[in-house]
Amino acid sequence: MDRRTMATMTTTPVTVLNKDSMLIVKEQDVVPFRNRVKEYATKIGMGLVNQTKLITAASELVRNMLRYGGGGNTLIEVVSKGRENGIRLTFSDKGPGIANIEMAMKDGFTTGKSLGLGLPGTKRLVSEFDIKSKPGEGTTVMIIKWKNG
Amino acid sequence: MEKIPILRMGQFLLVTIQVDLYDRLALNLEADLVQMVSKTGARGVLIDISAVSIVDSFMGRIIGNIANMSKIMDAETVVVGMQPAVAITLIELGLPLTGVHTALDVEKGMELLRNKILVDGPENDGDDDDNASDSAE
Amino acid sequence: MKIEISKMLQKKKKQIIDLWMKNQLADAGLREDLMSNDELRVQSEELVDALLKRLNEENLADIDSSDFDEIYEILGGISITRARQGFSPRETGVYIFSLKDALLEILQQEFKNDATQLYNATIKVGKLIDNFGIVTFETFIKGREEVILRQTDEITEISTPVIRVWDGILALPIIGTLDSARTQVVMENLLQEIVNTGSSIAILDISGVPAVDSLVAQHLIKTVSATRLMGAECIISGIRPEIAQTVVHLGIDLSNIVTKATLASALKYAFSILQLEVRKKQSNSVKI
Ligand SMILES: Nc1ncnc2c1ncn2[C@@H]1O[C@H](COP(=O)(O)OP(=O)(O)OP(=O)(O)O)[C@@H](O)[C@H]1O
Ligand SMILES: [Mg+2]
Repeated sequence: MDRRTMATMTTTPVTVLNKDSMLIVKEQDVVPFRNRVKEYATKIGMGLVNQTKLITAASELVRNMLRYGGGGNTLIEVVSKGRENGIRLTFSDKGPGIANIEMAMKDGFTTGKSLGLGLPGTKRLVSEFDIKSKPGEGTTVMIIKWKNG
Repeated sequence: MEKIPILRMGQFLLVTIQVDLYDRLALNLEADLVQMVSKTGARGVLIDISAVSIVDSFMGRIIGNIANMSKIMDAETVVVGMQPAVAITLIELGLPLTGVHTALDVEKGMELLRNKILVDGPENDGDDDDNASDSAE
Repeated sequence: MKIEISKMLQKKKKQIIDLWMKNQLADAGLREDLMSNDELRVQSEELVDALLKRLNEENLADIDSSDFDEIYEILGGISITRARQGFSPRETGVYIFSLKDALLEILQQEFKNDATQLYNATIKVGKLIDNFGIVTFETFIKGREEVILRQTDEITEISTPVIRVWDGILALPIIGTLDSARTQVVMENLLQEIVNTGSSIAILDISGVPAVDSLVAQHLIKTVSATRLMGAECIISGIRPEIAQTVVHLGIDLSNIVTKATLASALKYAFSILQLEVRKKQSNSVKI
């Protein structure tokens, strides 16, 4: 068994079992990316409802990245913590960043004339959620969905 | 560029979404449908999403837009066949799909539309039934 | 001359196993009902084997060495199996600590003329086995927790039956507390049955739910909303007076939900939506 633990953005120490990355630059990348996430979620035996929640969350974040961050990179990882297996997704862009994260996390807050549901909704759909952003430097969002979470 | 076919069934339009939509395709659908409603004078729009496994806020907004635009042109929209996992996810995401009617399948959706038209038919003008029990609010 | 502890122990493998077995068999708490002596011997041999194979002078002093990963895995396996088989924590503890007794006895024989070496070796071996003990306990408890989790799952499964009360009408009596995990199961079962049966009305009966606070109410509202998104209507029945009171006192808004006092009245309401009529058979008339 692999005992290496990685320092993550949250305090949760997890073990990375497998990783993959994908560049997102145009809207046609969204569906293939979702399919890739689905592949990994299926591989670890995640149930349909949790898969749907994870992929929907992924879809929201990847869209934000395209729309506000000008595209970016995604990381798909199979992680484990104790007995739990899960999928960790990281979305990083080098866009304008978010000035007020607290506001952006509120239901209904949008600068894009949209519903403002993406970020707060995503947080509700996943097991762990972490966002880091610096105006002028970019935004990184990390989510974990545990197989049974 | 691929297009999503819109079928005409009597006074209704039926769209069956078979693939996970690329954004451009979804936006095209919105435009095409509204055009068709206007051209055919359709009284109802059925959107069959039984083959759709992911509805995110983008797709949700398109569906809401279609419903609202059709409504202004006097046509009701019914979303039919939503999968359980999709419904659960949408609720958690916080997407109300306001103003959109729902039905289990196309047949029940048609029935719903027919009843709607009977209730507020052409002679029955200005009737506001936004709080009908079958709207997904 | 300094004797290497690990080398020495490796040479004494057979003796260690024999001693350990002797210690285990001598214990009053031996559970022959749960595991035969042959099985016990195989299990013990495997562990000693792995331990001696890995052991060297460096890692003997370093209990965190990755050399021991395999041993921790074997220990974990043994521990989990024992938890499932019904061994008590004490019995599993005795199992691992009697290995320490065996090892210390060998050390004593070997180093009987060198107190310093005996002392050093005893400390090191003691530390190592103590750590094995901790790992064993940790896994043992995890094994037990798993059993509990599985049982919880099973209870949740059987406590949320979806009943087809009429063509097009489902009923789901909820008994016990409605937490978020349970709500997930209820929702999934209910929605799946709606698809399977093509039912357009679902009745959620909460007369068996002890209390409705704002969290439970939120779960109910979510379930109703998800049902509506699928195109079916969801009625909540079994609202006891106390529940009505708390709901109003807590300021919970259920006005968008159809609620009925009893399952019977919910069923009546469902019939009226489906335009069905249930009548008493007239003595001379033919079936309706
Ligand atoms: N990657 C990003 N880079 C810069 N700003 C972002 C990024 N992601 C989100 N934001 C900001 O946070 C706001 C809220 O995002 P959120 O996804 O919640 O809503 P939205 O995208 O505006 O609407 P919806 O997701 O409902 O279509 C956005 O309007 C945008 O201002
Ligand atoms: Mg968004």
